[in-house]
Amino acid sequence: MTAAALLHIDRTPAPLDVARLRADFPILATRINGQPLAYLDNASTGQRPRRVIEAMREFDADGNANVHRGVHTLSQRATERFDHVREQVRRFIGARQSTEIVYTHGTTGSINLVARSYGRSVLRPGDEILLTQMEHHSNIVPWQLLREETGAVLKVIPVTSTGELDLDEAARLVTARTRIVSVTHMSNVLGTINPIRTLADLAHAAGAIIVVDGAQSIGHIPIDVSALDCDFFAASGHKMFGPTGIGILYGREALLEQMQPVEGGGGMIDRVTFERTTWAPVPIRFEAGTPPISAVIGLGAAIEYLEALSLAAIESTEAELLQYAIDRLSEVPDLRLIGAAARRSSVISFMLGSVHPHDVGTVLDTHGVAIRAGHHCAQPLMGALGVPGTARASLSVYNTREEIDRMVAALHVARSIFN
Amino acid sequence: MADLGELYQNVILDHNRSPRNFRDMENATSRGEGYNPLCGDQLTVWLRTEGDRIADVSFLGSGCAISKASASLMTTMIKGKTTAEAAQMFERFHDLVTGRSHGEFLDLPRKLEVFSGVAEFPARVKCASMSWHALKAALDQNGPDVTTSGAG
Repeated sequence: MTAAALLHIDRTPAPLDVARLRADFPILATRINGQPLAYLDNASTGQRPRRVIEAMREFDADGNANVHRGVHTLSQRATERFDHVREQVRRFIGARQSTEIVYTHGTTGSINLVARSYGRSVLRPGDEILLTQMEHHSNIVPWQLLREETGAVLKVIPVTSTGELDLDEAARLVTARTRIVSVTHMSNVLGTINPIRTLADLAHAAGAIIVVDGAQSIGHIPIDVSALDCDFFAASGHKMFGPTGIGILYGREALLEQMQPVEGGGGMIDRVTFERTTWAPVPIRFEAGTPPISAVIGLGAAIEYLEALSLAAIESTEAELLQYAIDRLSEVPDLRLIGAAARRSSVISFMLGSVHPHDVGTVLDTHGVAIRAGHHCAQPLMGALGVPGTARASLSVYNTREEIDRMVAALHVARSIFN
Repeated sequence: MADLGELYQNVILDHNRSPRNFRDMENATSRGEGYNPLCGDQLTVWLRTEGDRIADVSFLGSGCAISKASASLMTTMIKGKTTAEAAQMFERFHDLVTGRSHGEFLDLPRKLEVFSGVAEFPARVKCASMSWHALKAALDQNGPDVTTSGAG
């Protein structure tokens, strides 16, 4: 086989056997309100395959011990597995070294760590933090807290009518005072995938660093922090088939090295006296206290599962289903799709005429279809879009055309009730 | 299974489509704000009292069918009542939608019975009670704005 043929195969992976992989997720056999569950709320939290559930159960049953503390065998085994997952994460997101991966409690914890450690040390009054109009509250509020502390200024890249970032405006908003650009990789409302590399180049040219909120992109599209050239990348285990309570922060080594811990406690020290304490090396420096060890084991199992499917195959399988969902929803009278980005993934927001999104959500729920309705923790974006909230269907690779059809049928019921 | 028809009864759909007393009030004697951070819905309730009697009541805001219909029906129920009667109605209504009245319809105008189905939809209880909390804030004049839940 020629190299060109190989490349071609890499670019168009075979679609996944969805019926088969659905069997890996026990919860998908659940019935809700007398109907089979159609789980279309994956942007809130994803479901977990048996492999993840079993890995955590087995660890709790047979492998539990604290990490980095014991001389006994069980503790050493737990430590080995715990450290191995860090290496799995490194490979999964394309970091250079596993010491660039910090365990946190989630994307929120990761962004707060950057704000409270890196942000606090570099920002001076009048320095600028650049966000976007489409950020989740978890990539807004930590910076507002930091603004109060440091006297920094928040600036916001606007969103165009198609739900994409206004890059001309972004170029104007980056100034010599910009220190931090923090932007979502993928919008949790619009599904827009942002051009991170372009923004990273813009930030770096101005001497700023770029933080990427990867909560929505991870597990849906391949992540390569080296290719994105981002300085920090934040993500959560539970949005990538893993458990809640575990997140990751990738940080460029040189930046992590210059950062002070924000939490003190066991495990993160080098030497402690009452006069002076020195810190453990990165990333342990940022992981005070006993971590959620079985959640880390679960995260490792989730990465194995994702890699076995292959992110390229997941991406193309989801893209096909997304297009089907957009086409079907477009047939519903009075339905208005919110956002039409050229590059997007797995999330669709819409309004059904004048029917309030909550009422849409309730009607769909009685048909076993789980979606989210509301502002999606993105109130500034709702303001810019001029809507109080939206109904949002968010897909995973385990969703089917039949589930989309059931959502559309339930939307017709909602129309008949409220019209 | 929770029954959709129990939740979206015709009276509720009618009040959602054409809410009564859906206006602001220039000569109000007090007002209360309702806000649900879970969904971002908000409304304002205005009262004009003469003595201890509610001479006029109105509301404005954005919300789902349940919250809009609840606010609309509330205004039709409490107009002409004393503030004490309205406060008592608030308590009874709260018991109804949270299921605490155990299906008993205690001393409430029959029209409000349409909200008994809400108790079957825990996620929607706050929608039904938001306007009543705003009313309570208006009754407790100069009371703080009310928030019915926190999230997001």
